[in-house]
Amino acid sequence: MTGQTLELVCPAGTPAALHAAVDAGADTVYCGLRDDTNARNFPGLNFSREELASAVEYAHAHGVKLLLALNTYKRAGKPEAWHRAVNDAAQIGVDALIMADIGLLDYAATHAPKIRRHLSVQAAASTPEAIRWYTDRFDVRRVVLPRVLTVPEIALLNKEINVETEVFGFGGLCVMTEGRCSLSSYATGKSPNMNGVCSPASHVRYEECGSELVSKLGDFTINSFPDTEKAGYPTLCKGRFEARGKVSYLFEDPTSLNVIPVLPDLISAGVTALKLEGRQRGRAYTSKVVSAFREAIDTASAGAVPAMPDLTEFMEGGKDTTGAYRKSWQ
Amino acid sequence: MTQETKDMTLTLGPVLFNWSPEEWRDFYFRIAAEAPIDLVVVGEIVCSKREPFFTPHLPDVIARLEEAGKSVVLASPILVMNKRERTAVNSLFEAGYKIEANDMTALHLLGNKAFTVGPFINVYNEASRTYLERLGAERISLPGELPITSIAAIARRSRVPIEVFAFGRMPLAISARCYHARAEGLTKDSCRFVCDEDPDGMQVNTLDNQAFLAANGVQTLSYSYHNAITDLDALAIAGVSALRLSPHSCDMVEVANLFRRTLDGVMQAHEASAALEALVNGPFSNGFLYGTEGFKAEGGLAEHAQALMS
Repeated sequence: MTGQTLELVCPAGTPAALHAAVDAGADTVYCGLRDDTNARNFPGLNFSREELASAVEYAHAHGVKLLLALNTYKRAGKPEAWHRAVNDAAQIGVDALIMADIGLLDYAATHAPKIRRHLSVQAAASTPEAIRWYTDRFDVRRVVLPRVLTVPEIALLNKEINVETEVFGFGGLCVMTEGRCSLSSYATGKSPNMNGVCSPASHVRYEECGSELVSKLGDFTINSFPDTEKAGYPTLCKGRFEARGKVSYLFEDPTSLNVIPVLPDLISAGVTALKLEGRQRGRAYTSKVVSAFREAIDTASAGAVPAMPDLTEFMEGGKDTTGAYRKSWQ
Repeated sequence: MTQETKDMTLTLGPVLFNWSPEEWRDFYFRIAAEAPIDLVVVGEIVCSKREPFFTPHLPDVIARLEEAGKSVVLASPILVMNKRERTAVNSLFEAGYKIEANDMTALHLLGNKAFTVGPFINVYNEASRTYLERLGAERISLPGELPITSIAAIARRSRVPIEVFAFGRMPLAISARCYHARAEGLTKDSCRFVCDEDPDGMQVNTLDNQAFLAANGVQTLSYSYHNAITDLDALAIAGVSALRLSPHSCDMVEVANLFRRTLDGVMQAHEASAALEALVNGPFSNGFLYGTEGFKAEGGLAEHAQALMS
């Protein structure tokens, strides 16, 4: 596999994080606009049009590509914000748009055909047929794969398609198939597809209950921590619940995705790009995680086995997993 | 009720749970004989491991439903991941039935054949609806989390019937991982089909014992039953022309009767809701239709719940 490598695609929630990602060795950076056109629509995060233009300039000056995530679904009857985003991105000169919505892909392919189109993970295209459905119609050049496939399944998939694939490498881990989950809106009224948020901070509360700290999302208790345990953020699918009389992390433990143990296998599987999650994270996260993956990819590309970097402080619950990439996860 | 509600049709969604094959067959035989359902969607859409149990009964079930004058469509799986599942989708088309596509794998394999769009294809706006119409979609069943305002914007000027989810635990998520297996310390490969113990899903409670969700193998549903019976006028005004009732172990013939009578104006929505309450073990919700938390009861459903408590 020597000679093969992975394009390192890094998150930037702010101009400062963008600079950090570029300086730490990103090949590509992705970001979003400051509205609900993207799936990290959090207060204080994301880019104005001016900031986006400067970001493109800074990235390009360093030989780095800049992608814009437009990965929520256009609001019915009110598509203007999404259309404006496509038009402005074309004018500013971003390198690709990351999209999931059929209506938006159609709009971009018609009105801004020259910008590359990437299929967002939120479209959850998990088979060669599903991928061909999008590539045939919207000339999609890269597909971000949903976090449901094993590495051998990804290798087989790549043999059957002639479009680039990108997979998630580190950070927040959707346990449910992306773009097909309404758990957040069931509990809070706000969903990734419609509002660009999951388990939003606006609905999070922590309550002291005896010696326990209880975390709540809207009206629902998501977890409870004795004072010996560090309290985590109440992401709905990483909560502790009771089923059949047993209390457990039924859906998934609080944990982060980390593909370092399977990095050489992902390269052999013919994956083009590795994406790091975390546009909502600070500059320190970006610097450290990007440098660690820069080093790991360079090592693996040279045919050596990358060492496991210590990224514990950036992991949910201080733990990591290779998630769906290994069959035993199912 | 109005002429618009009288014109609305009832669709029975596919059975989402792992019922015994005989119960599954008999359920449809009874629907064929007794229920005022116009369109029946059949097929195992949640877990490909269950599919071989139902397939042997499928021809009889479809024949019985069609003899009873009901339209039948065959639904494709929600999540398709591996070669075996892809082959299974392909074989769905060989039987020659009309297909309800639930992912793009099915849409791609359909080619130029007629199809309908299931609720697991993301149609969130009128542009997506128009695009699928142009491809030949004959009806579109919308995702469950859409509010009435969005439904109305999508249905406006639609050339095809627009359907919404109107009764049953709301499907909220699908995963590669099986939660029934995980709850029993098993994996999907070694699951022993433990999901067959929960005909309406496995109750998932919060740590303070609040009923929250229902797991159904790789699928997660709401614990509350979504119930749009007090919103039928608003849905008709929004341009909805069909309502989807999702099968549960309760008396689904009676559920269909109650919806039909309400649509026809021979029963009041609050009476029908009270009657539904007697059939179902669980709270009702309709928050998604109001753009608020999905678990909440809003509008007529909330007034009805308050009236019961006072």
